[in-house]
Amino acid sequence: MQLVLERRPERSKSMLLLSPLLALLLTALVGGLIFLFRGLNPLAALYIYFVEPLTTLWSIEQLLVKAAPLILIGVGLSICYIANVWNIGAEGQFTAGAIFGGMWPVFFPEFQSFPVLPLMLLFGMLGGMLYGFIPAFLKNRFGANEILTSLMLVYVAGLSLDWLVRGPWRDPHGYNFPKSVTFEGWQILPTMGTTVHLGVVIAVAAALGLAFLLDRTIKGFEIRVLGSSPRAGSFAGFSRDRIVLFCFLLSGGLAGLAGICEVASTVGQLQPSISPGYGFTAIIVAFLGRLNPLGVIFAGLILALSYMGGEAAQVTLGISDKIAKVFQGILLFFILACDTFILYRLRLLPRRPAAELQPAE
Amino acid sequence: MDILQALILTVITASTPLLLAGLGELVVERSGVLNLGVEGMMVMGAVCGFGAAHMTGSPYVGIIASMAAGMGLAFLFAILTQTFVANQVASGLALTLLGLGLSGLIGESFVGIPGTKVEKLVFPGLADIPFLGRILFAQDLLVYFSFLLTGVVSFTLFRSRIGLIIRAVGNNHHSAHTLGYDVITVRYLCIVFGGACSGLAGGYLSLAYTPQWIENMTAGRGWIALALVVFASWLPWRLAVGAYLFGTVTILGFFVQGMGWGIPSQFLSSLPYLITIIALVIISANRAITRANTPACLGQSFVPDR
Repeated sequence: MQLVLERRPERSKSMLLLSPLLALLLTALVGGLIFLFRGLNPLAALYIYFVEPLTTLWSIEQLLVKAAPLILIGVGLSICYIANVWNIGAEGQFTAGAIFGGMWPVFFPEFQSFPVLPLMLLFGMLGGMLYGFIPAFLKNRFGANEILTSLMLVYVAGLSLDWLVRGPWRDPHGYNFPKSVTFEGWQILPTMGTTVHLGVVIAVAAALGLAFLLDRTIKGFEIRVLGSSPRAGSFAGFSRDRIVLFCFLLSGGLAGLAGICEVASTVGQLQPSISPGYGFTAIIVAFLGRLNPLGVIFAGLILALSYMGGEAAQVTLGISDKIAKVFQGILLFFILACDTFILYRLRLLPRRPAAELQPAE
Repeated sequence: MDILQALILTVITASTPLLLAGLGELVVERSGVLNLGVEGMMVMGAVCGFGAAHMTGSPYVGIIASMAAGMGLAFLFAILTQTFVANQVASGLALTLLGLGLSGLIGESFVGIPGTKVEKLVFPGLADIPFLGRILFAQDLLVYFSFLLTGVVSFTLFRSRIGLIIRAVGNNHHSAHTLGYDVITVRYLCIVFGGACSGLAGGYLSLAYTPQWIENMTAGRGWIALALVVFASWLPWRLAVGAYLFGTVTILGFFVQGMGWGIPSQFLSSLPYLITIIALVIISANRAITRANTPACLGQSFVPDR
């Protein structure tokens, strides 16, 4: 007997939805094993990790706040990955957005009226787009691999921010801490409840907007065709170069927007570290969300929960919050493995006798 | 003269991990598989190597542990991409994310502990040759090994039957399959070999380059190694040259920083990444070179027809 993968006649709709659930289940299973290995009661630990953060209003608000950047970046990346454009430098575009948008409060701390916030958001988006433009340009003009260039730029962006807040942009009254001036008043996103800010609304709006773009516009069609069949796309006269540029500008702009939203709310100023790896976690969000903007909303919430659970585990279980990253990595692994069954199914075949392999008459 | 000698010595230690990881990935890509998980395998190699050396007191046990860690992760990648035919780019990213997370968790108790260093292998007599002696005949085992490996990989890929099979699988997996070669098994073996090399490169960082554990201590070197493979247009000796070029740039950055010219340290630290981008652009712009050497099936999954 032999277990083989057999191609399905068409993509399995049910597996498309079942696969992420299965992946989550398997991740929880491995998570339980890790807890057991650490000498904890796995069920109690999993409860503290994945359920308890959902039981208070405060932590649900936190969840939304953490999900916002993940969703914003994740929807942009989904469009990229559908088109087979591999932007993995969203973390850098996030940082660029924070830097560009942060220029306003840093240079004009006295600028305290309504226009400052839209200007910050606009500049944040432009910063991300500009930073996303670099790998797209290098890809189209020179054929440089966008995976590697966009990733290299993440390090450059991080070091640039580090230099700015330790050098020219350091708050002169900040007791020499590597931080910019604190953003205040109109420079901060308005909030609903206690912590839920405008960024959450922007994130959901972006997801809905991109769902429309993908399903109902010619651009969305172009993206899908070029992603699934580049040859068909080129016969239809769609330009690969233009889609690469479009995807990078779009995802870069959204990542930049997420960056400025984060520093203009939760973080409240520019500092060396402004993100717990949102730009990379958003890659997992995109895949968990089936590269579908609406799915990304749910996926963003789940990955935000993994951050929350990490914090809860650190406080209640005495386990490092680094476990969050481990869970996220395992989750992506399982999603990718389970996704195989969208296109293939397992078949148990008897080993064929050698005679059958003779050519037919 | 002494400064130059010291400079060359540090360049060698900075270049060796790039060369080791690059060689592994080169073989993997020659077999038609793109494993973007080098960074993750490297960082796991670093933490496991450090931990094993710390617990046993022997850096050589550490080296073996680092290779085993890299192979373990690589095996996961192989299952995912070869058996489950998952997308290679996404799987590689998953490997990197998992490796970075897991190493942080494992290494938490190692932070701040002094490490065990791989000692230098000094050739008596030869090492006393002025200037060159210490550079050529007083390195640690892994430096010599990296050059030996370059030769072996080059010979195997281009002068042996095994190499012919690997390249056939990487250039046209359908033909290789038709000829009776087991594409999937060849790729499994290449991927695991690549994992061993990446793990070893990580182990070199935590056991020789800076004998300690710092979270994310690979700092993008895995990605630079990936870029180096493209830069070297999939040729081992060119990879060695590229790795030493990059090592030199990194060390010159430190050196300039030490001169106190007032150049921001962050700019110097970002030099290797900027140079990587520039190198990629230069080599990619020359399509004749890239097209001649790029494995034709790079990144494509293979499912045998029955």
